[in-house]
Amino acid sequence: MKKNIFIRIVDFYVEGFKSMQVGKKLWLIILIKLFIFFVLMKMFFFPNELKTKYKDDEGRSNHVLEQLINK
Amino acid sequence: MIENLDPSLVDWSRYQFALTAIYHWIFVPLTLGLAFIIAIMETIYVKTGDPEWKRITKFWMTLFGVNFAIGVATGIILEFEFGTNWSNYSWFVGDIFGAPLAIEGIMAFFMESTFIAIMFFGWNKVSKKFHLAASWLTAIGANLSALWILVANAWMQNPVGTTFNPVTARNEMTSFWDVALSSTAINKFLHTITQGYILGAVFVIGVSCWFLLKKREVLFAKRSIIVAAAFGLIFSLVVIGTGDSSAKDVAKYQPMKFAAMEGLKKGSEGQSIVAFGILKEFGEEKNVDFHFKLEIPKMLSFLSDYDFNSFVPGIDDIIEGNEEHGLMPAQEKIERGKVAIDALRALNTAKQNNDTEKLNELIAMFQDKDFKENYFKYFGYGYFTNTKDLIPNVPLVFYSFHIMVILGSFFVIMFALFLYMGIKNKIKNQRWLFYVGIISIPLVYVASQTGWIVAEVGRQPWVIQNLMPVKVAVSQVSTTTVQTTFWLFATIFTGLLIAELRIMFKQIKIGPKEGK
Repeated sequence: MKKNIFIRIVDFYVEGFKSMQVGKKLWLIILIKLFIFFVLMKMFFFPNELKTKYKDDEGRSNHVLEQLINK
Repeated sequence: MIENLDPSLVDWSRYQFALTAIYHWIFVPLTLGLAFIIAIMETIYVKTGDPEWKRITKFWMTLFGVNFAIGVATGIILEFEFGTNWSNYSWFVGDIFGAPLAIEGIMAFFMESTFIAIMFFGWNKVSKKFHLAASWLTAIGANLSALWILVANAWMQNPVGTTFNPVTARNEMTSFWDVALSSTAINKFLHTITQGYILGAVFVIGVSCWFLLKKREVLFAKRSIIVAAAFGLIFSLVVIGTGDSSAKDVAKYQPMKFAAMEGLKKGSEGQSIVAFGILKEFGEEKNVDFHFKLEIPKMLSFLSDYDFNSFVPGIDDIIEGNEEHGLMPAQEKIERGKVAIDALRALNTAKQNNDTEKLNELIAMFQDKDFKENYFKYFGYGYFTNTKDLIPNVPLVFYSFHIMVILGSFFVIMFALFLYMGIKNKIKNQRWLFYVGIISIPLVYVASQTGWIVAEVGRQPWVIQNLMPVKVAVSQVSTTTVQTTFWLFATIFTGLLIAELRIMFKQIKIGPKEGK
């Protein structure tokens, strides 16, 4: 019996990942990199300045206006 | 006041952005170029049925995969920096950046992730033609992804299709097509992707030369060289055209950058171009003069607008003005910029005092065509007091531009030579040529990076041409934090580059595999 299209797509990816050689190492690098970027860097070093300091767009507008006219 | 802003914060924020952009750009052009070369090789395989072409395609696909995997998401750091270090800029640009980047993200995710999976996992699982289509669509998808970030960058160099909302302090898009199809966007996109094709072609030739030097995989190397040299020759000629139209665009919209590219102090009609020159010390006074220079008469005028006798303004003309040629002095632009900033200040006061009548009057003023063209157009100039601050680092721009042009010319000759030798089957024992091919790999990366240095250093002090200088765009964050993250990024990206090189060298040493 022919498998459902979605199951075939999932099988395609699963078999693809299983048969990888150099790809496994590359995926490990990608995952470590994404962890460093999104978890460590983004959380601890790269907060969105305006979103963190101001709760709405009006506050952000006012801040930038102040910067534009007072710098 | 701007003078109170810590200059080291601006500098470190710039260094950090430059560092991440340079590292990101190590990975991107190889993806852009190699993807098409692989698609061409696979097309030959599908057309001929020759299994050697499949072997060739799969080898380059592996190297493509290594580069793609290591490079993926390195650009996201730039977006982090926009939000943290450049928050004034991020807010000021409004959705101009958001819309193209959102399209890029969606396209990159759906096109690249889907078709790359078929490229790598689909051998013997989908039909040959379907696999080939996936390879082509991966290449097209990667290039289209680049389009949107380049559209956003082009808007910073030539802000069109938008209007400034003084109440929200944001620019709002009035015409998506004016933004996406501006001459700057089209030229930037075409010039950037075509130089990526050259980089991909040089990479294939260089690696193939290594195999020939080692007397390994001779058929594989010769076939790879012929495809890459033909592809590279075509696009190295195309890149001359895209470079020429980019230069005309720069001459029109960023004359200071154009003057810096040529180290042009005082402009003239029938202006000659500097083919080669050594500049004297630039210094704090920003003096532009040459120890010596070799010039080609009238060529710079021709390069600027196809007229050998046209006037090309130099740095002095742009700073001091030139009445005869309709150039407004920089001091006048500064005064007009201050008028626009004062109007914004008055509008903000009216807003805070709930003075609706005054507020509406000032909003109408910002929408007035005359005010836009005569005052707001020079908004960013109002932040300067010294006109010399409007001059970029001329030696860096001048040398970068000339290195890029010299290397670009060298690659045309190199591709032609490799193509001729390859077609005539004379390539096998030319050891000197193999060394040329191998040495060309770092050189093509130098050419690629210097191109971006011209584009980005040349437009200083602007983050958005004429509207926002870098010193206004920067957030008031701790300089120490920026320094810390600079070194963190330097470490992480260097680690990624080492990982890429190690894996890549290992795969190259293994060579093409016998496959099904």
